[in-house]
Amino acid sequence: MITTIIQRAVMQGTPLLFGSTGEILTEKAGHLNLGIPGIMYVGAISGVAGSFLYEQSFASPTMINPLLAVLIPFLCSIVGSVLMGLIYCFLTVTLRANQNVTGLALTTFGIGIGNFFGGSLIKLVNTDVPSIALSNTSNAFKTSLPFAEKLGWFGDIFLSYGFLVYLAIIVAVISSFILKKTRMGLHLRAVGESPETADAAGINVTKYKYLSTCIGSAIAGLGGLYYVMDYANGVWSNNGFGDRGWLSIALVIFSVWRPSLSILGSILFGFLYVIPTYIPNISVSAKKLFEMLPYVVTIVVLIITSVRNKKENQPPAALGLPYFREER
Amino acid sequence: MEKNVALELKNITKTFGSVVANKDISLKVRKGEILSILGENGSGKTTLMNMVAGIYFPDSGQIFADGEEIVIASPKDAFQHKIGMIHQHFKLVDVFTAAENIVLGLEDEKGFDMPKYVEKIQKITAQYGFELDPYKKIYEMSVSEKQTVEIIKVLYRGADILILDEPTAVLTPQETVKLFKVLRNMREDGKAIIIITHKLHEVLSLSDNVAVLRKGEYIGTVKTAETNEAELTEMMVGKKISLNIERSAVEGGEDRLVVENISCINREGVKLLDNVSFSVRSGEILGIAGIAGSGQRELLEAIAGLQHLEEGKVIYHNPKTGEEEDLRDRTPLEIRQMGVRLAFVPEDRLGMGLVGNMDIVDNMMLRSYNKGQSLFLQRKAPKGLAEEIVDRLEVSTPSLATPVRRLSGGNVQKVLVGREIASSPTVLMAAYPVRGLDINSSYTIYNLLNEQKKSGVAVIFVGEDLDVLIELCDRIMVIGSGRITGIVDGRNTTKEEIGILMTKSDAACMQEGGEGENA
Amino acid sequence: MRKLDNFFLKVASGSYGHIIKRDDIIWWKAWGIRILSVFFALIVCGFVTVSLTDLNPIEMYVTMVEGAVGTPRLTWNLFQNTAILLCVSLALTPAFKMKFWNIGGEGQILIGGLATASCMIFLGGKLPNGVLIPIMFLASVVAASIWALVPAYFKTRFNANETLFTLMMNYVAIQLVAYFTLEWSVPKGSGTPRTLEFGQLPTLLGQKYLINILVVIVLTVLLYIYLKYSKQGYEISVVGESEKTAKYIGINVKKVILRTMAISGALCGVAGFLLVAGTDHSLKSDTSGGRGFTAIMVSWLAKFNPVFMIVTSLLIVFLQKGASKISEVYRLNSSFSDIITGIIIFFIIGSEFFINYRIKLARKEKNV
Repeated sequence: MITTIIQRAVMQGTPLLFGSTGEILTEKAGHLNLGIPGIMYVGAISGVAGSFLYEQSFASPTMINPLLAVLIPFLCSIVGSVLMGLIYCFLTVTLRANQNVTGLALTTFGIGIGNFFGGSLIKLVNTDVPSIALSNTSNAFKTSLPFAEKLGWFGDIFLSYGFLVYLAIIVAVISSFILKKTRMGLHLRAVGESPETADAAGINVTKYKYLSTCIGSAIAGLGGLYYVMDYANGVWSNNGFGDRGWLSIALVIFSVWRPSLSILGSILFGFLYVIPTYIPNISVSAKKLFEMLPYVVTIVVLIITSVRNKKENQPPAALGLPYFREER
Repeated sequence: MEKNVALELKNITKTFGSVVANKDISLKVRKGEILSILGENGSGKTTLMNMVAGIYFPDSGQIFADGEEIVIASPKDAFQHKIGMIHQHFKLVDVFTAAENIVLGLEDEKGFDMPKYVEKIQKITAQYGFELDPYKKIYEMSVSEKQTVEIIKVLYRGADILILDEPTAVLTPQETVKLFKVLRNMREDGKAIIIITHKLHEVLSLSDNVAVLRKGEYIGTVKTAETNEAELTEMMVGKKISLNIERSAVEGGEDRLVVENISCINREGVKLLDNVSFSVRSGEILGIAGIAGSGQRELLEAIAGLQHLEEGKVIYHNPKTGEEEDLRDRTPLEIRQMGVRLAFVPEDRLGMGLVGNMDIVDNMMLRSYNKGQSLFLQRKAPKGLAEEIVDRLEVSTPSLATPVRRLSGGNVQKVLVGREIASSPTVLMAAYPVRGLDINSSYTIYNLLNEQKKSGVAVIFVGEDLDVLIELCDRIMVIGSGRITGIVDGRNTTKEEIGILMTKSDAACMQEGGEGENA
Repeated sequence: MRKLDNFFLKVASGSYGHIIKRDDIIWWKAWGIRILSVFFALIVCGFVTVSLTDLNPIEMYVTMVEGAVGTPRLTWNLFQNTAILLCVSLALTPAFKMKFWNIGGEGQILIGGLATASCMIFLGGKLPNGVLIPIMFLASVVAASIWALVPAYFKTRFNANETLFTLMMNYVAIQLVAYFTLEWSVPKGSGTPRTLEFGQLPTLLGQKYLINILVVIVLTVLLYIYLKYSKQGYEISVVGESEKTAKYIGINVKKVILRTMAISGALCGVAGFLLVAGTDHSLKSDTSGGRGFTAIMVSWLAKFNPVFMIVTSLLIVFLQKGASKISEVYRLNSSFSDIITGIIIFFIIGSEFFINYRIKLARKEKNV
């Protein structure tokens, strides 16, 4: 049973890990992107749309090429998310709009897009399938290592997932490495801490803000893609993604802006999510209290970091603040 | 052309609007030389050097480096010509280490290799005798360490010409000694160093040559070895100019505010005020002279209840009740509730004294909005006051509903001073009330202060122009590095006397500096 | 898109021209720009709609208007929804004026609603409505106030980031409400929210929602007066503009922050009360329906002015209603209205740039 719990915790945690890694990259450049939940919806629906159209182009969905079945939604998802990131950047960086307002509008917009196309895709392309169920594509996404099953519990815990789970971890590790150990990361962090200083040092602040937000959006969007293609077996249901976008933002705070910590954090959040299922005789309502836990834990972390007031654990100093050179 | 001239400026002129910041200035600095640029606040020293560093671009004139004419349009250009400037306000990222800040913005030839950078940093620190831990975070550093990071940042980029803007303003005497030692080491290494300063003893103990600026004009360059304090002071402050500010005799003259042994420290533990004692009497104007940042702001804020004091007392003699009350560590609200009528015109007019986005009427209310029991604002009285001030002080504004940030500096100040004196204060403190004002507005302010004085108010006037201080004030207190270095009579003092008092503050440092040289 | 983006990057970096902050803009110019932006937004929305349906744009707008005010019932619905959204926007405004980012409206509404619902359940039938309703009102106001004071306390005491804190508090509240909804549902745990019989707000003049609307009208007037004419409102403005000035004149900044957040929470509580007692007569975790977030945009777009907020909230509700009509008629998903709302808000947000800044083209400069 423990292996199943861990397995399910990892699967629950993966969308959050993508989301929080993306958001951390964005926040490190000083942008509090509250549009992440919307972006994750768009990442999911773009992938669904790409894959749906691809599957529809065959007489029978079983004929699809597994590689293309993965590649097409993957790329569609990235394109969709990056477009959302660009809207956010254009408004907040170039047009200097308020970040909170823009982000929230982006979330409304993104969730709208996700649910709208999720609900209307079939009608829009005039097919006669009853619902969007991309089980064949989903199978391609879920392909795990062939020898995983032979390795018992070890295989179940570590090797039984679709490739996106490993990608989430790899992306988090790479992000962590870039932020800590590379010049790009140093410059990115400087932009989020003190854009004036970065500007004076000759760093192109605008370029870094655009890059980090767009790459961050692309990563977060993959969280949505993972959810629908792998976790939900390729079945789109409106609002099925739930509040995972906001949980991702909570995870950013929980992991004190460190992608490496958010790997563990995502599994913990996932664990909190699945644990009530394994408690005997638990009522449906009590489950809701368990779903509250990640947020409560996050608030506790936020309070502790504020009380301890350790500089390294604070949000980037210029988070949420606009930067205009003219007003220097 | 001399061979070892590192940098030469020829006929540099720079204007901002109608203000001439630098007029036809020519200078040169050689390799292995320390040049001081000496001048009072506002004499154009920093503007001049900012043109060399690529922050501003000169209106006319030429700049030569190594004998060749160069164009410096940006800080990057300056670096390319191996010129580096250490500004007064440090540009550092707080949560980064020293090393991370030093290499920020550079490009790598092959890969990002922190240990390699640290090695190079350590080589520089060893070579010139800096003390710096490259892995220490900026927020854990003292001001002096931060300055070291800024200097190394410049050296790391290969600068051969270093410009330091008021490097000792924020340092303790001991730290100053260390800095000078390092600068001398750099001189030995053949670097050309320019320091902007207004501290005479520093000039004398450190530099080879001194260039003096006054009110944007170049006065001359002298060899340090061939000059003395008196000559430099005279070059710096110039001959006395008569301004014809009226000054009436002091009437009353009883102690109104007595400050006893107050001290305060900043977050780093540096003393901003050190055992300051003085008194202000009714019906007099007490001037406070001193280099900018010597503790003037802290002193006024301590009296106004905005600065926590480590020790000492601020005793107010209430003219109505005759009682004595200690204002130390009271909030501004408590002070007002005690019946102390204290008016304060702060240095930061739109950031502190007024709200830029509010109109004149609402700004009038800042002081009075809380009067009475009503839950609602009473706009009638402030509106009347606003009209009166606009009318009497000739504030030029499109309307009373115009946000004050859109008024000119002089009008902003009239609104602020007008409001502060409207409360019929018994003590009036004004910090740099004529800074940035044109002549007419300045005289309006002088007249207002004089009026207050005649009506028995104890006035404290923090100023920077010595001519004004001497003509306006009855007594002038000189403050240096948070200590009182002397109180002189405005009627029979000279600019030289005040100038020397202003710069004598850390005489101790000069001696230590001398020792440092011997060691 | 890349090309366009590149263009704006260049604009931003000054390659094509300079961006200059405007000192001031005449009000009609500012509103002209805003109206123009809504106009452009409607054109874009038209394109989107036409490409998804076979409507022609004119038909589309007619359908929208019909959807919003086509029948008296729809019109009442429109006003009711506007009133609630306006109420939440009013609630957030004092905090925003103080530059305190209270994005926890959603949670504060729900906690208010939760307090109302518990009174209706536990006291309903035991007390006459004349006593019960005031108690419900009081309970929701107090509960939501306390909920809002938590982040405010940690802000004043430890400088905890209020944006993140209030955001997280939303989801705690949502799950809390979800828990009680299930606990109280009939049969228990089924998820069908219980209809709350006792303590429903009375119908006035035969109109179910009139009382809600009246309450919000009164609140709008009160808040306008509070912000503009009261001493406390003045203190909020001063703290929001400059904490330094506030300290200089002796305002206790921490006290003002706590007090203002208590008010902000209390008004959100009123919205929760109106939703549960005056509209839905039930409590669900989506009772507030994202209004806590939409209100942030409403308040911000209206420059924190309660009177303008009437216009912006009406605009947004109108669009939502109109767009849902389109989706209903053309059997599109109801989320269509979110897309339309999103597009319009993007345009209005973007237009602020042209109100605050002028772009001086480099080419022009050379001619001078």
